[in-house]
Amino acid sequence: MTPSEIVDLLGRTFDQALLDSKTEGVLNSWALVAPDRLRDIAFFCRDDERLQFDSLMCLSGMDHGAGILGVVYHLDSTPLGHRIVLKVKVPAADPRVPSVEAVWKCANWQEREAYDMVGVVFDGHPDLRRILLPEDWDGFPLRKDYQVPEYYNGMKVPS
Amino acid sequence: MDTPAVALDSAHRPLTVPGFPRPLKAHELVVNMGPQHPSTHGVLRLELILDGEVVVDVVPHIGYLHRCFEKHAEQMANYQQVIPYCDRMDYVAAMSAEFGYVVAMERMLKIKVPERVEYIRVIMAELQRIANHMIAIGTYGLDIGAFTPFLYLFRDRELILDIFEETCGARLLYNYMWIGGLSHDVQPNFTDKLLKFCAAFRPTIREINNLLSYNAIFVKRTADVGVLPAETAVNYGASGPVLRGSGVRWDLRKNDPYSVYDRFDFEIPVGTGEKGTVGDCWDRYMVRVREMEQSLNIIEQAAAKLPAGNVQEAIPKRIRPDAGEVYARTETPKGDLGYYIVSDGTASPARVKVRPPCFVNLSLLPAICRGALIADVVAVLGSIDIVLGEVDR
Repeated sequence: MTPSEIVDLLGRTFDQALLDSKTEGVLNSWALVAPDRLRDIAFFCRDDERLQFDSLMCLSGMDHGAGILGVVYHLDSTPLGHRIVLKVKVPAADPRVPSVEAVWKCANWQEREAYDMVGVVFDGHPDLRRILLPEDWDGFPLRKDYQVPEYYNGMKVPS
Repeated sequence: MDTPAVALDSAHRPLTVPGFPRPLKAHELVVNMGPQHPSTHGVLRLELILDGEVVVDVVPHIGYLHRCFEKHAEQMANYQQVIPYCDRMDYVAAMSAEFGYVVAMERMLKIKVPERVEYIRVIMAELQRIANHMIAIGTYGLDIGAFTPFLYLFRDRELILDIFEETCGARLLYNYMWIGGLSHDVQPNFTDKLLKFCAAFRPTIREINNLLSYNAIFVKRTADVGVLPAETAVNYGASGPVLRGSGVRWDLRKNDPYSVYDRFDFEIPVGTGEKGTVGDCWDRYMVRVREMEQSLNIIEQAAAKLPAGNVQEAIPKRIRPDAGEVYARTETPKGDLGYYIVSDGTASPARVKVRPPCFVNLSLLPAICRGALIADVVAVLGSIDIVLGEVDR
């Protein structure tokens, strides 16, 4: 399917949940979806015969600035050879996104990384702990407003 | 005296291990492997939960080598400065990591690079693939108790590093591929050296097969061990030799061609269960050996057709992409390396997210190890071929 057909299909199936999309003039076509329907959309993307997105290539936590966080999902269908990018945006004050770990297992560690770096909380993740940073690290380093702490456990953090 | 079913700590609370879903049972033992274990190839800590000799679960702890790659990339003054940091992710396959980044940036900037650049890049990436697999195979033998193949492979790896050193001055971290071109053209004797290397290395592969691949002890340690079924591999996002070892014919050089890979004739080796079950450690290992042969084929074809040209003519003087984003992935020796680069229209990147193959492949370790014997954990870990620099970034 072409990217615009995929977006059309998502729009027909999930109606209100498709908030925005762009398929022309971009290198990777994307669709912005509502966070509360993300899990259903993910299952649909994987299981629908026309889509068959069996592979989550990349899951990225984002800080869009101005108090908006986001998650970007790059999907690939190995049998059909088409691709789409799903995006969600959430307020930094309440950054909750449903986990897609049950859909694609490779989301497990990548969601932990997004939580660790950007601070997005993945609802329904079986083991949401920090992964790259120590458990007692303060703050989320990839936020645009992140300040490096002066001390970590009494040790001076080199600047 | 009755043994309690659940293990208790000194305050009589059930003992738990973070990352392991239930409290420990009284007869279960937790063993730490690493962070300084010879077979973890870096600083990786595994918590093994054991029932006798059987592995109940593995909880990997990573991050010891985290060097804030993504944060650094955002802080750079321009896009070119990110390239040396890419080198330092997978430091035994730095050319491949650079390759992915420049492919992504050139797609974003819509730069068409000269043919000569593309051919040299492919040659360098394939040399790097061979060098990486030499380490993977050599240290895998070492992990399992075969010392000699390691020496033979490191001897021949020097030939590759010599070619890299002659070309760009560095042996490990090259900063060789630039956005739009290369830092240096190759030396006049480049193709001769390549052909000499190919001729010298083919017999070594035969030697390795005799010494290690078909060695009865090695086969006993790896065949039917750590079997990874194809559907699990796909669902966990495995890539590279880990995925192909499970019999899935998936290689981005064929399935999503970039650069000039579509002009070469080569095959994608996959695991066939020749010595045991499809997807066992031996299959993953053997895919790497066979890939080295295929890389030699690509190098010979590219060297024969190496076009003339100026390798720096397409390098942009000033890089300021329009606001937008790109996701590009390339087949590194370890699997699909993806770069998600977001530009906000300024001279430095707004976000560079890396999808490292080692990170994703390592997340499979618990799934493969459950139910295996403790001695096999080393065999499984070695067959995944991780570099902690890339896992932790």
